[in-house]
Amino acid sequence: MLREKARPFPLNCGAGGPNRAFTMTTKPRTLYQKIWDAHVVDTRDDGTSLIYIDRHLVHEVTSPQAFESLRVAGRPVRRPDLTLAVPDHNLPTTARKDAQGHVLPIADPESAQQLAALKRNAPEFGIRYIDATDAEQGIVHVVGPEQGFSLPGATIVCGDSHTACHGGIGALAFGIGTSEVEHVLATQTLLLKQSKSFEVRVDGKLGAGITPKDVVLHIIGVIGTAGGTGYVIEFRGNVFEEMSVEGRLTVCNMAIEGGARAGLIAPDETTFAYVEGRPYAPQGDDWDKALAWWKNLATDEGATFDKTVSIRAEDIQPTVTWGTSPEDTSAIGGVVPAPEDFADASKRDAVKVSLDYMGLTPGTRLTEVEVQNVFIGSCTNSRIEDIRAAAAVLKGRHKADNVKWAIVVPGSGLVKAQAEAEGLDRIIIEAGLEWREPGCSACLAMNPDKVPAGERCASTSNRNFTGRQGPGSRTHLMSPAMAAAAAVTGKLTDVRELVG
Amino acid sequence: MQAISHVAGRAIPFGRKNVDTDVIIPAHWLKTITREGLGKGAFEAVKKEPDNVFADPEFAGAPILIAGDNFGCGSSREHAAWALLDMGVTCVIAPSFSDIFSGNAFKNGILTVALPQAAIDRLMEVAQTDPIDIDLETQTVTTRFQDRYGFEIDPFRKHCLLGGLDEVGLTMAQGDAISAHEARARSDLPFLAKTPASA
Repeated sequence: MLREKARPFPLNCGAGGPNRAFTMTTKPRTLYQKIWDAHVVDTRDDGTSLIYIDRHLVHEVTSPQAFESLRVAGRPVRRPDLTLAVPDHNLPTTARKDAQGHVLPIADPESAQQLAALKRNAPEFGIRYIDATDAEQGIVHVVGPEQGFSLPGATIVCGDSHTACHGGIGALAFGIGTSEVEHVLATQTLLLKQSKSFEVRVDGKLGAGITPKDVVLHIIGVIGTAGGTGYVIEFRGNVFEEMSVEGRLTVCNMAIEGGARAGLIAPDETTFAYVEGRPYAPQGDDWDKALAWWKNLATDEGATFDKTVSIRAEDIQPTVTWGTSPEDTSAIGGVVPAPEDFADASKRDAVKVSLDYMGLTPGTRLTEVEVQNVFIGSCTNSRIEDIRAAAAVLKGRHKADNVKWAIVVPGSGLVKAQAEAEGLDRIIIEAGLEWREPGCSACLAMNPDKVPAGERCASTSNRNFTGRQGPGSRTHLMSPAMAAAAAVTGKLTDVRELVG
Repeated sequence: MQAISHVAGRAIPFGRKNVDTDVIIPAHWLKTITREGLGKGAFEAVKKEPDNVFADPEFAGAPILIAGDNFGCGSSREHAAWALLDMGVTCVIAPSFSDIFSGNAFKNGILTVALPQAAIDRLMEVAQTDPIDIDLETQTVTTRFQDRYGFEIDPFRKHCLLGGLDEVGLTMAQGDAISAHEARARSDLPFLAKTPASA
């Protein structure tokens, strides 16, 4: 069955190759096309391109096998200076040091082994490593933008599908598997076929209390979880132009839940103000050159997209999920749907299985659904604006008695410090919620933060998959303000009824 | 990577749509630092369902899996591909695959074959009793009942799968082109070409 390995694959280093990347073309281009063109190392006859990667974020779960392969093959990391390693998925979110300042051991031996592997691998290959006990530690997708490591116009990868997040600052960012992690470590490039372009427009005026999370959940409800497969989404329209960078990160974070490997929002003055002065951000002449280039990145007038969906901002309500797919969304004022409500036969079957798993009866008002757990955190919603939004709802209120477990997990040590400087931790603790150390936490059941089987969780994370928050867990996705409202009432709640 | 040109044998008629990688391998199995042994955790939740196809001894060790639309959506975990390989699956047939999963599958020598739903329905039926045959060279899926379906595959992927080629090694051979790009970036896009950690 083995075949000879010598047959070379035809490469085309000429037309459409390297030189195209840095030359001006007159044809109107999309933001995605411009970033792509600037990163083409080589293009093959079949359209596959070797794309240069500017920034590589590494965490402990998807990297050990990649480092191991490099070690076995005796290959170095080509650009350790463009690589940043930080642990996040496995870390418990309880105290990391005891009262005397000694680092506490990780109880789960497998988690400890994986965390130790990253701590060993990063310095061995010359990569900067942020330790679990460092002030800058956090979820990779919070740390990247926060440190100015993630930049507009850059190509950014990480062995995690929510890398789409960094599109919020105008970077072409996407998740990769471990073999690709190895490929990027060894070559600083990836072999890619260009995706099709998908314009998702949201224009109009968002109602009071409607957050970026509601916007993206609504979008996924409209396009479906496979709507973006094979595409890169560019989110356009005045709603995104008026959104903060943190809100844009939330929206792009969930592009992958709509099937798109990457989501993008054009960098603008809001972005530049966010990036300037961060530790890894360019300075001096480099900053001026960067600004000049970034200002021309936005999609040109007349550029075309392969597909467009337009949504009216006025149609977006506070949104929650009721099923086990991120496309199973509803306005909070709605009811649990019945399988018969869906035209597609396989979706009807999926809804049946989903409602059974979720323990929900069609026709039930969503505001009657009780929750026993609340999780505010994850790479989708753990930045300072998210913590502020939750605290604004929790202030002077207390969690309901039926809510047994409610945690707020900041996305990084710096978010934590900022929240504490603003007194938000006190508000959260006084409301009966726990204030934790940064990490991925209850988003994915890889660390001690889990939702018990059969119980519901109002969660600001990104996936409501079967067992995602622990075997048998039932997840309802929503915004931080909505999750805080659910903590207060013990049920899915329209936050606008709590804070007018 | 193991070269692959021909897969023949029983096919697990799973058929489910939107199978996410959390279903293929749940997160608590991701704490390993090797690639082996994940077959035990594959489809863990499905295996607890009554009468599931994975419990049927008929399909034990089957090299082919048949699934519904959008197979492998969700998390980018390559562990999903490793879990399939560890359970003996080297070919997945479905109407469509998530982008990340199909890339991960390819890099581990798993052939993903996209066929129209009607063909999937027919193969699901055949799989109940008989083997299925996939030939990469001719890009066809056949059965002993004269069913014959052609499938598309990226020529580069086909070339690598047939030769069992190491993609990292292939790209490293283009080191000069990569260095040339880096030199251009240093002058044109210096802010992307370095970080404070650069020498």
